Amino acid sequence: MTIEELERIRTEARQILAERGERFLPDGELKPPRPGEVRVVLRNCGQIDPKRIEEYIAKEGYFALHKILNMTPEQVIDETKRSGLRGRGGAGFPAGQKWFFARQALASRPAPADGAPPAYLICNGDEGDPGAFMDRAVLEGDPHSVLEGMAIAAYAMGATQGYVYVRAEYPVAVEHLQTALPQARRLGLLGKNIFGKGFDFDVDIRIGAGAFVCGEETALIDSIEGRRGEPRPRPPFPAVSGLWGRPTSVNNVETLANVPQIFLKGADWFAGMGTEKSKGTKTFAIAGKVKNAGLIEVPMGITMREIIYDIGGGILNKKEFKAAQTGGPLGGCLPAKYLDTPIDFESLVAAGSLMGSGGLIVLDENDCMVDVARFFMDFTQDESCGKCPPCWLGTKRLLEILTRITRAEGTEKDLETLEYLTQNISTASLCALGQGSVNPVVTTMRHFRDEYEAHVRDKFCSSGVCKGMFHYEILADTCNGCGACRLKCPDKVIKGAKKAVHEIDQANCIVCGDCYKACKFAAIAIRPRPTPKSKLPECG
Amino acid sequence: MSMDLDAHRPALDDIINREKAKGGALIPVLHQAQELYGYLPKELQDYIAEGLGVPQSTVFGVVTFYSFFTTKPRGRHRIGLCLGTACYVRGNTKNLERLSHELGVNAGESTPDMRYSLEVCRCIGLCSQAPAIMVGKSVHSKVQPDQVADILSQYE
Ligand SMILES: Cc1cc2nc3c(=O)[nH]c(=O)nc-3n(C[C@H](O)[C@H](O)[C@H](O)COP(=O)(O)O)c2cc1C
Ligand code: SF4
Ligand code: SF4
Ligand code: SF4
Ligand code: FES
Repeated sequence: MTIEELERIRTEARQILAERGERFLPDGELKPPRPGEVRVVLRNCGQIDPKRIEEYIAKEGYFALHKILNMTPEQVIDETKRSGLRGRGGAGFPAGQKWFFARQALASRPAPADGAPPAYLICNGDEGDPGAFMDRAVLEGDPHSVLEGMAIAAYAMGATQGYVYVRAEYPVAVEHLQTALPQARRLGLLGKNIFGKGFDFDVDIRIGAGAFVCGEETALIDSIEGRRGEPRPRPPFPAVSGLWGRPTSVNNVETLANVPQIFLKGADWFAGMGTEKSKGTKTFAIAGKVKNAGLIEVPMGITMREIIYDIGGGILNKKEFKAAQTGGPLGGCLPAKYLDTPIDFESLVAAGSLMGSGGLIVLDENDCMVDVARFFMDFTQDESCGKCPPCWLGTKRLLEILTRITRAEGTEKDLETLEYLTQNISTASLCALGQGSVNPVVTTMRHFRDEYEAHVRDKFCSSGVCKGMFHYEILADTCNGCGACRLKCPDKVIKGAKKAVHEIDQANCIVCGDCYKACKFAAIAIRPRPTPKSKLPECG
Repeated sequence: MSMDLDAHRPALDDIINREKAKGGALIPVLHQAQELYGYLPKELQDYIAEGLGVPQSTVFGVVTFYSFFTTKPRGRHRIGLCLGTACYVRGNTKNLERLSHELGVNAGESTPDMRYSLEVCRCIGLCSQAPAIMVGKSVHSKVQPDQVADILSQYE
């Protein structure tokens, strides 16, 4: 491949694109950008056919790779550092710095005697955070941008072999990568002596097998080596001793997809977006109780309010916003008072949560914060690899307590135990899974203490989630007798004449909630049961 | 439970020989073997261990660690109900209850006629269309409990 050939392909493919016009993903997941969005990582998603390398080339694809092969690896690292690009996989570590460390480690060691690759570049596409799907969108919609980013990163750090680790739940992403790789090889954009510059780099796909912890970089390396994925203590960092003991850089899909753009448009362009310490854009997967659920890409530093209300269209069904959950199972729940905080790596950590991969789940008045904490704890205790007891046993204990509280069996002592345990688990666990596992509990206890107290003291779940801890009442002064609830009730236990106040026969109500959903006039309220069902009497 | 290793032995041998040369062959081989046989019973694990020259205990350890691998045969149609965050808050537990009721099995089990198996998974990347259910490779999004029976009937 030469630059002239690449230009020729670009000219031809542009023609095809111009004739076809713009197109968007058929399933409507990725909509055209809304006001406030800036598409860098998602720029090609839905715009090009991901199975045709020519269309990627039409969008300047692989031109950045050509450009950087005329620079020294050190210059590539410096440019990346100057852009301020930080890892999008969760921790926000500066990408250029990571490659620098790997390159340094490589220089201080002899090459493998058997001709094996001296260093590795791994693209982390495990995306285990339940509620996040931006990496899937990029891998499916623009796989070559990830491959080009990998090649640039590999050149900078000195790797000759790359792996993309994709979770098994993403068969389409795997398929698109499997199509992309031979195309890139055929054009000489992967393989030996790329652009005749003496740089060799090839990529292999590894498919995950359903373990959240394998998203952690040392566990991921174990998994590629064919073992159980159990995190190891760091140091040594993968940059020094990673895959097969060689210097390795693990970078997230979104991080890598940014890289070609940085070299096409310049580090200054990239650094011109975002906040002082968090540059560029971030993709968010907004889901939950929000009108326009889906994928968005916005400049760092935007507020949660802009994301949820301006871009997301606000809360579904005119309900009240309660919290935004960011950072996945290791992140936290932020209440309304954080709606105007600019979102970047530091501010989310300061608020007790995480950027994580960019999952953002909107919760409304009908989401119980104790139950949400229990939900995440169920997830993490299931995914704990079992290597260290504080995490493995601690998360089990937390889950037991939270389950008790949501079953009206909690005591005030349980709240103290939760506080004590969360502190210990976060300091005594080996990896970020154990350390972060407590965040959903800590943040909900900090911001929604009243809900926890109502659960243990009054056995009342004001959100109408925890079974046996509430019932529905029709408000006599609001009900207009429309009858919608009566028609919906599966057990026919609502009585009332037309245009007269309706009433629920509490003794026979199964608390299914159909009436609550059916009432358009907010005339049905969630109220404590007159005699709370407590199975465990509190003693002493 | 005994199984017929011979059913796909040439294909299995091919996979083992192809992957063996590369590092970290075990997990890719298990994936492909599960694709062939549907599940990974002990006999198959032992055969793979021998083929790749790794201890049986290593194979067993890997199979049990990763939730994607299964040692039990599964139904013709694998139902994967998502209980990731978005699907959970949008009410997929109600769909799970309904599915479980319709099929007469709990999550993690298969129907006696092996038509369906019911599994719970964590996020299939369709969060914007939650609550979501996968049957085999097809996707059903924004599922309501009343639609469950209808969805099931689409799979013979
Ligand atoms: C339990 C756990 C799960 C993780 N899952 C992912 C993941 O799915 N994707 C990812 O890119 N990083 C994940 N990470 C972070 C990685 O360890 C690593 O920091 C990241 O891939 C580095 O890439 P970056 O510098 O580009 O962010 C996870 C970390 C932990 C502790
Ligand atoms: S903290 Fe949890 S997940 Fe991490 S190594 Fe320890 S047991 Fe495994
Ligand atoms: S909660 Fe269900 S059973 Fe009870 S009154 Fe309402 S619709 Fe009827
Ligand atoms: S739906 Fe609401 S307003 Fe209508 S009868 Fe029932 S409680 Fe009254
Ligand atoms: S949470 Fe169900 S698809 Fe993501």
